[in-house]
Order: sequence, then C-alpha cells, then structure tokens
Amino acid sequence: MKKNSDNFVTLRHLSTGEIATIRQLKGDVVTKQRLMALGIIRGQKISLDIQAPLGDPRIYSIMGYRLSIRNEDADNILISQQ
Amino acid sequence: MDTQKKITLGLVGNPNCGKTTLLNKLTNSKANVGNYPRVTVAIQSRHLRYGDQEIELVDLPGIYSLTAQTPEEGIGRNYINSEAADIVVNILDASNLERSMFLSTQLLEMRRPTIFVLNMIDEARRNKIKIDTKALSSMLGGPVIEFNALQGEGRAEFLQAVEAMTNNPGQFSPVTIRYDAHLEDAIERVQALIRALHQEKMNDRQCRWLAIKLLEGDDALLRQEQDHAHLLEMVRRERYDLARDHNDSCEMLFADARYGFIHGLLSEAVQRETLPIGYRDFTRRLDAILLHRYFGIPIFVLFLWVMFETTFNLGVYPTSWIENFVAWVSASVDPLLPAGQIHDLIIDGVLAGVGGTIVFLPNIVILFFFMALFSETGYLTRAAFLMDRLMHTFGLHGKALIPLVIGFGCNVPAVMATRTIESDRSRLITILINPFMLCTARLPVFILFAGAFFQEYAGTVVFLMYMSSIVIAMGAAVLLNHLFARNDKEPFVMELPPYRIPTLRAVLIQMVDKALDFLSKISSVILVGSTVIWFLQAYPKDIVWSVNYPEQIATMEALPDSPQKATDLADLRRQQKQEALAKSYLGQIAKTVSPVFAPLDFTWKDTVAILTGFVAKEVVVASYAVIYSQDESSTEESMSLRQALGKSMSPLVAVAFMFFALLYSPCLATIATIQREAGGWKWAGFSVAFSLILAWSLSFTIIQAGHFFV
Repeated sequence: MKKNSDNFVTLRHLSTGEIATIRQLKGDVVTKQRLMALGIIRGQKISLDIQAPLGDPRIYSIMGYRLSIRNEDADNILISQQ
Repeated sequence: MDTQKKITLGLVGNPNCGKTTLLNKLTNSKANVGNYPRVTVAIQSRHLRYGDQEIELVDLPGIYSLTAQTPEEGIGRNYINSEAADIVVNILDASNLERSMFLSTQLLEMRRPTIFVLNMIDEARRNKIKIDTKALSSMLGGPVIEFNALQGEGRAEFLQAVEAMTNNPGQFSPVTIRYDAHLEDAIERVQALIRALHQEKMNDRQCRWLAIKLLEGDDALLRQEQDHAHLLEMVRRERYDLARDHNDSCEMLFADARYGFIHGLLSEAVQRETLPIGYRDFTRRLDAILLHRYFGIPIFVLFLWVMFETTFNLGVYPTSWIENFVAWVSASVDPLLPAGQIHDLIIDGVLAGVGGTIVFLPNIVILFFFMALFSETGYLTRAAFLMDRLMHTFGLHGKALIPLVIGFGCNVPAVMATRTIESDRSRLITILINPFMLCTARLPVFILFAGAFFQEYAGTVVFLMYMSSIVIAMGAAVLLNHLFARNDKEPFVMELPPYRIPTLRAVLIQMVDKALDFLSKISSVILVGSTVIWFLQAYPKDIVWSVNYPEQIATMEALPDSPQKATDLADLRRQQKQEALAKSYLGQIAKTVSPVFAPLDFTWKDTVAILTGFVAKEVVVASYAVIYSQDESSTEESMSLRQALGKSMSPLVAVAFMFFALLYSPCLATIATIQREAGGWKWAGFSVAFSLILAWSLSFTIIQAGHFFV
C-alpha cells in the first residue's frame, strides 16, 4: 500500500456537515488502541456534527453513532476529504 | 446436571449498552448481595433462581475493548481469564452492532462459553435494522438472544440458553477469528514459544490469546512476561517485521482484521435501511437546542439551579421530620435509661452523632434522584461535553463538573458521583479536590464567624468563602496534576448515546442504593466516631476541681429562691462544665496539640473546636458553644456566642481560622467515602494529610501577611 501523508489533513480541519474518510492514526499504542476500539479505523467515514461552545471538544458521527473527541486527540487522526 | 451447583455469569458490554437495565429486568431488581473489592467501583453481583438452579450474575464494568489500558478493562479481562464465570454474557447494543462487536471479537479469542445478547432490540427495530439471529449465532459459535430490557422480552430465551449451555458445555464453540497469513504465521511462532515457556500453566487457548495480545503490543502483558527476555525479543522482532512488510503498525493490522471479521459477519446477518441524507432524529433535534453554541451552557446552569433549589428546599421537610424523629427517640429513651454513663453515651454520644448526620439523608436522596435522571437520560454526557474545555484548563475531565457542584451540598454524595468519570487518574483528582468545595456543613461556621467579626459585611464574607473554595479546589487540581505522573495518555473520547426515557424503576433503584450506602456509612464510621469523641470529652471522671463545685452548688441550692440564685447557679454549672472540658482527655489532647497551631495564633479552645470538627464540620460551632459556656442550644445566629467569640480572637486570626475550617480534613463521612471510592485508606490518608498541610500553610500565610501589614 502506498502512503502519501501529504494529502491528508487531521480531523481537526473537518468542518460541520462535511464527510471524510479516516486514513491513518498517529500516536502511541495506547492512544491508537483506544481510538480503534471506538471504531476509528482506516476506511471509515466520519463527519462533524456539533462543536462545543468554545470549539473544543467536537461531536462526530461514525459507524452510526456519535462520539465526542477533543481537538488535541483529533490531531492524531488523519483524514482525506472527497 | 448437578442442580445444587451455582452457575456464575459474567456480564460484559460497552458503556451505555443498557447492561444495568437488563440486569434489573433479569433479577427482578433484587438487592445487591456480594461486593467484590476493586480499584474504583465495587463489582456487584446479583442472584437469580431459575427452577432449581441458582444463578449468580456478576456485573463487570462497561468497556469498549479488552486491552487492559484502563482499570475497567483490566478488571474485565482478569475476571474472564480467571474462569470464575462459567458463562460469559456479552451484551450488545443492537442498533450499534458494528462497534459493539469489537469487544466480542476479543471475547471470542478468550474462548470462554459465551452468550450474545442483542439488547435494546426495540430501538433497532424502530431504526429499521433487521437482524438474522440464527445466522449470527452459527457464525459466532454461541447463542444469540434478542432482548428488550424494558418489556422483559427475551428473558425466558436467555435463561433457556443458560440452561442449555450448562447442561451441554461442548455444544457451542466460539469461532476462531483468522488473521491474514503473515499475522497467523507470527502468532504461530510466538504461540509455540509461549507453550514451551508456560507448559504447565497454560492451555492452548490461553497461549494463542497471549500471543495475539503480545503482538498487539499490550503493555500489561508485556510487563507480565518481562522475565522471559527472549519471548519479548521475539515479539519485538515480529512486530517490527510485520510493521515493515505491511507498512503499518501491528495494532492497526489486528484492529483492521477484527473489523473486517465484523463487517463480513454483519453483511450476511444484518439488513439496515439507509437513512436519507441529513436525516435528523429526535436526539439530534434535541441536541441542536441543548448543545447550542450560545444557549447550551445557560440551559445547563438552569438545570443545576433547579437541582439545587429542589434538593435544599424540598429537602427541608423530610429533614425536619427526621430531626423531630431523632428528638422524639432521644426524649423517649431519656427517661428509660437510668442516669449515668450509659445514659449520657446513648443520648449525647450516639444519638447526637448519628442524629446529626442522618438529617442529610433527604438531601442525598433528592440529589441522587436528579443525578439518576441526568445520567439515565444521557444528559450527563452532554453536560460533560459542554464543560470539558473549561475543566480541561485545570487538568480535569468534563464530567468532573457535576461532582464538584454537588460538593456545595455535601461532599459525600459528590465523591460518590465521581463514579461517572472513567479515567482513574482524573477521577482520583476529582475525589481529592472535592472536600475543598464549601459544603452546607461548613456554612454554619462561616455564618458564625462572619457575624462575629465582620458584621456589616457578613453576606459578602460568606460569598467570598464560596469563591475561595472554588479557586482553591481548582488550584489543588492543577497541583495534583503535576504531582501525579500522567501515566494514562488516554484520549478524551466519549460516546454520546441517544436520549432515552429512564424507567422509574431504574431511577428508584439508584436512589435506594445511594440511601443504603449512606446509611451503612452512618452505622459504621459515624457511630464509632461520635462514640470516641464523646468518651474523650466525658472522661476522666476523677477530675481534681480547682473549686469544690459540688459543695458550692449544694450550698447555693440551700439558699432561698431568688433570681440572683438562679443566675449564680447557672454560672457555677457553666464554670464546672468548662473546667471539665479543659481537664477531659479531649482538653488534654487539645493542649498537647495546640503548639502545632501556635504559629497560627489559635488557642487550645480553637484546637478543641478543630479536633471535634473532624467528625463533622457542624460540630465546630457546637464546640464553641460549649467552650464559651453557652447553652448547647446556641446556634450560629446566637448573639451572645458571637460576642464571646468576638472578644476571644482578633479579626485576623478569625480569617485564618475560617480558611483553616474551610480546608482542613474532610469530615468522617467523607473520609469513609473517599476510602471506598478511591480504593483504600492510602488515599483517605492522603486526602487528610494533603488538606491539613494546605489548611495550615494558608492560615500561616494569612497570619504572617497580616502581621506584616497590620
């Protein structure tokens, strides 16, 4: 599999209502395992639902359910937008 | 089948999968029996009779996976691995199968007899999700039961499945998840070495499981195997090779394979209608209001206000009933007991101590009614979401907000409410800073002092104490954050379940649970504590009086009645009481300890108040009343007590004392709660020491700064 990280942005840059595909996870084993257990894996579609009053954390839709993620953690999730 | 043997079921599932509701339905909400000790929350188990069969249901904490990255996961994993449960029950959210089954793939690998329960099947049907349970069952290698915990649908099928599995354990065999060839080769090699190393202790299933976990980079298991250097070296090399060949990390390869397995399973067994784009269900519409960028926080504050108003206003009535009841018991018992030590112990020690604490019961029950409502509906996670950014500034979790706010009422239910915080570290910090929140028990102290020393600004002073308590709690959070190594780099990810209407039963069960918790605490710690304090202030009895009180009193009583006689007699009795206190063990201890408080300019009398306040902070006021020879019925409103106090210390010392009283040591009930909730006396002790040091340092600073400027 070829990888070109330059085309990917982090999840933080997703705007409300946009849909993106998860491409890669960064961070240590613990962080990755935690995110993967919640369905954040390569190839999954993810979209931004709601931002908290100060813009952090944010609620995303994934795998048919909703998840709140802090922006600092969202930076560990690389996505590509169509 | 041996019908006398008890069957143990271990219930595993994601948070929010409706496990508790299901458990309530299965056991007809029988009271909890066993309490398994654990780190954060006690693992509870309930019993159920099915025919002649005794069934024990062990409620394991809600988890998303079995990686042991969180204490909850570790507990779940160790429990299943220990084979203490005859059957593992995996509870799945039927409308959320894809994610829920990630946990199932890991359970399957542990190869224990497993029953899968599709919970909240009604919700799935409403969402037009069709599940072929027969197909699912044959693919998973275990029974799959549709369950609707609200109506009790599936209860009979579930129990039949348990019976069938018990009678015929070989009937079901969990499917083996196959990974791609490279991974399987690596697993095989690692497994072979493990088998050689652990020949006696591990069977084949445990070997394969351990091999997979090690290859996934499981910290806890890598530590467990640290004596086998060549095994760790082999794992390290295999992980490196796999990552290089696949251009991806090992844990991702395993996760991909697991979700791949789930995907294959669900594409065959589940049909779901795709929802129209932009479809907004009830939850999303409600969230648009409750999580609104501008209105979200004001709405939350409004909810909190309603909660407090109700708790403390509505609580007034049952509280006064209890007060009256305690007074009635006290009055009825009074004449029954012959005057003497037993009488005083029961009336002044036990009944006063227990009665003084039990009055908080209504407040606690009402607070927990709201807490149950917030958590059962799913609003609590929304509140945590709204406040997370602010709380994060102080190194706290968004969910820490609720316990801190409850702390203004009473620290006991507040510490219990930290159970909603998953991260152990974050939860511990929240528990430890909670006693700094100014609870209603400390309010009488501040009302008394503010009235005595800052009459014109009394209201402002009390308000400033509230503000100080928030600032100090937040400061302590920052301090503890630096103090405790940040070992869990666990990201803040929180599921937002759909809004659900809570069942009355679930809410009631939570309230009753909390009430019983509280009562059991009173019957242990408070009972012992108030008995000890009573003994300390009532003994020794052979005091060498400076004045012969009994004789003087006798002489005076012989005089003809006059208003002067009554006053003198009362004065004399007060003097005797005061001397008795000074020469009691409590007085002696206070005099021994008072050098510690000398730098703070506190006298031995203040020390007595501080010492008795360890039981409960309200006792501080009662002690001052005794010390300054007032009637014990003196309250914070009492004018003469204020005057007496006002003359005894300078306003500067009063400020120092107020801060000391705000911060020093949680009360006994809170200490007992911390011990239970934080996991041991170590943390209860830490909390006491930490708060004492903080209280002393701050009071000392105030006194020194005061001396410098004044």
